[in-house]
Amino acid sequence: MKKKKNKIKSPYPMSLLVPGAVLYMALFFVPTILSLFFSLTRWTLQEWSFIGLENFKLYFSEEYLRIGFRNTIIYGFLTSALKVIIGLYLASFLSSKLRASGFMRSVLFFPTLVSTIGVGITFSILLNPWEGVVNQFIKWVAGLVGFTTDGPGWLVDPNLLPIISVSMVDVWKGVGIATLIYIAGIAAIPTDYYEAASIDGASKRQQFYQITLPLVRPAMFTVIILSFVGGLRSFDLIWAMTGGGPGFITDVLGSINYKQYTSGYFGLATAGNVILFALVSILVFPLARFLNKREVTM
Amino acid sequence: MNVVRSSRIAKTLTLGVSVVLASAMLVAPARAATEITFQTNNSGTARDMWDALTAAYMKANPDVTIKVNYVPGGVEGDALLKSQLASGTAADVFIYNVGALLQAIDPVRNLVNLKNEPWMKTVNTGFIPSATGADGGIYAAPFGTAMGGGILYNKKVYSQLNLKVPLTWNEFMANNAKIKKAGIVPVINSFKDSWTTQLFVLGDHFNVAAAMPGFEKKFTANKIVLADNKATLAGFSYLEQIRKAGYTNKDAAATTFAKALEYLALGKGAHYPMLSAGIDTIVTNFPTKAPDIGFFAQPGTNAKSNGATVWMPSGIYISKTTKVLEEAKKFVAWTVSKESFQVQNKVVPPSGPYFIKGAPVSGNLTGVFTDLYNYMQKPGASYPALEFLTPVKGPNLSQICVEIGTGQKTALQGAKSYQKDLEKQSQQLGLAGW
Repeated sequence: MKKKKNKIKSPYPMSLLVPGAVLYMALFFVPTILSLFFSLTRWTLQEWSFIGLENFKLYFSEEYLRIGFRNTIIYGFLTSALKVIIGLYLASFLSSKLRASGFMRSVLFFPTLVSTIGVGITFSILLNPWEGVVNQFIKWVAGLVGFTTDGPGWLVDPNLLPIISVSMVDVWKGVGIATLIYIAGIAAIPTDYYEAASIDGASKRQQFYQITLPLVRPAMFTVIILSFVGGLRSFDLIWAMTGGGPGFITDVLGSINYKQYTSGYFGLATAGNVILFALVSILVFPLARFLNKREVTM
Repeated sequence: MNVVRSSRIAKTLTLGVSVVLASAMLVAPARAATEITFQTNNSGTARDMWDALTAAYMKANPDVTIKVNYVPGGVEGDALLKSQLASGTAADVFIYNVGALLQAIDPVRNLVNLKNEPWMKTVNTGFIPSATGADGGIYAAPFGTAMGGGILYNKKVYSQLNLKVPLTWNEFMANNAKIKKAGIVPVINSFKDSWTTQLFVLGDHFNVAAAMPGFEKKFTANKIVLADNKATLAGFSYLEQIRKAGYTNKDAAATTFAKALEYLALGKGAHYPMLSAGIDTIVTNFPTKAPDIGFFAQPGTNAKSNGATVWMPSGIYISKTTKVLEEAKKFVAWTVSKESFQVQNKVVPPSGPYFIKGAPVSGNLTGVFTDLYNYMQKPGASYPALEFLTPVKGPNLSQICVEIGTGQKTALQGAKSYQKDLEKQSQQLGLAGW
């Protein structure tokens, strides 16, 4: 059966297929194979020598890898979960009949359009524990209530707080996209359902849980997958805000790999990216399959 | 429809022709002049310096244009330069570190050997080993001044509290206790710019070398365990001691290099472990406070052997891929000439001795310059930093120092981590014995 299927002639002429195929080979297939190859070498960009799986061994013996893995997972789950939840609330708010909803949607989407590095630097200034606006505000409020506090060390505390702070900024910056996808999902739900439900006497709350939530599920799955993958491989915001520090506290796999590149460990860093690719695949493929199944049974 | 299309084609054609013509006109006069591309980092006062130097050179050589590209320093700059060299797109002439970092960019393969240039005879011999490649070629002209790695201190605070420059670590800590009592921060730290935290470790090399003769050879051959030697552990333990005693600024984790210098200049802090060249930034930002600042060598265990760890200046290199080799050589030769030093003195007064014999020194010399100069003049009172004597240098030292300074690690754990970092680097570079 399967063989026969493959033999079905493509409906497109060769001239349409070739440009795509060439681009795919040159820009995606060949580099992927090359990076798999160079992950097995010691490489200075100008010379390489084959060393088998040594890079992978070395990568896993890296002292700071544990922090990196932990942070990558925390960051991926936290940003994804918050975007999925907050995005849905925002989307249902912005899908209701509001004055100037177009304007409000634009405002929400605005952070997504701003450069990540710019956002990172801005927030690292706002979150400065001593001079930043956030802690100044906290101090002021605490003062009103009669407390004295310095406020938390958002980005400099030597425990989990810095990676969580960065995650929050990531959510603020990225929730616009999630909301946009949700809004499209909600708009695609036929209004007949709501009319029928309200005639049957369903309350607004019931309509949300019985109609909107199940029917917006395809959009939700898209948001989950996109934001989770984005969170796992994120690097730019973290680098701009903390540089992986203080020390190695906010390192993720992306920043560890970056530091290895800048140290000139090109083979090792390439191996690191192969590992990051594997990690994303291991976590995301089963998730995607699970979600797709649910979509069908719905 | 047809009309519209043909008029569009006509428009495109005329546009195309005019672009070609315009670019031809732009190229034509440029043919007479030679263009040299030049790259340097934009840290500190580099931009002022090179704007002035290239302008002076172009004025003296109207047939040459120098196109300057300012790039970030630190790890970003390292990565950029390595990929430029690998892809053959490096600038004709560029500035980069000498010593361990030079070895990491493979000078023999990528750079032009300058050993036989006539000006090489005027280079101070102390500079030569750190600019030499594996084949014995010399690849750099020195740019800038020697720097001392030690402690910048506020002399006003010292005179107010009647303190003496410490010769040992114990004297230093005794001073710190008095400074803290006076309500001034004894030792400023700036963990936000993590490179600044390495000074206690790197600046201690004078003392390490004094305690362990022949250290560099053994170190390069992987025969030293940092955690097992009192001398090599000392630098790490200083970071720990300062933290435990509460002698540092409480906002250290969020403090930057520039902020730390501000604290020092304004007398909010008394000591800042730093390179002497930090004074350049104070001269620029707080010119009236610059005379209050002095420099002393990192105090060790022995008052009798007290001296400064000295950093080499940067190197000026010519990349092998240059198409204007003769012009590039001329430009490099000019940078070590008297005219060049006169311009340099005017932009920023030197914070240490130049590495060219007979280079004129003028301008408002700072106290830091004098202090460093005195160490370097006195026999046996200065010694090169480790990174100029061996290719072994782990890239993670600064983060490890932050970990110790913020209490995430003990000094001993830090030294062990750094040992692993060294191992990895040496293996990646393919050094023998690792």
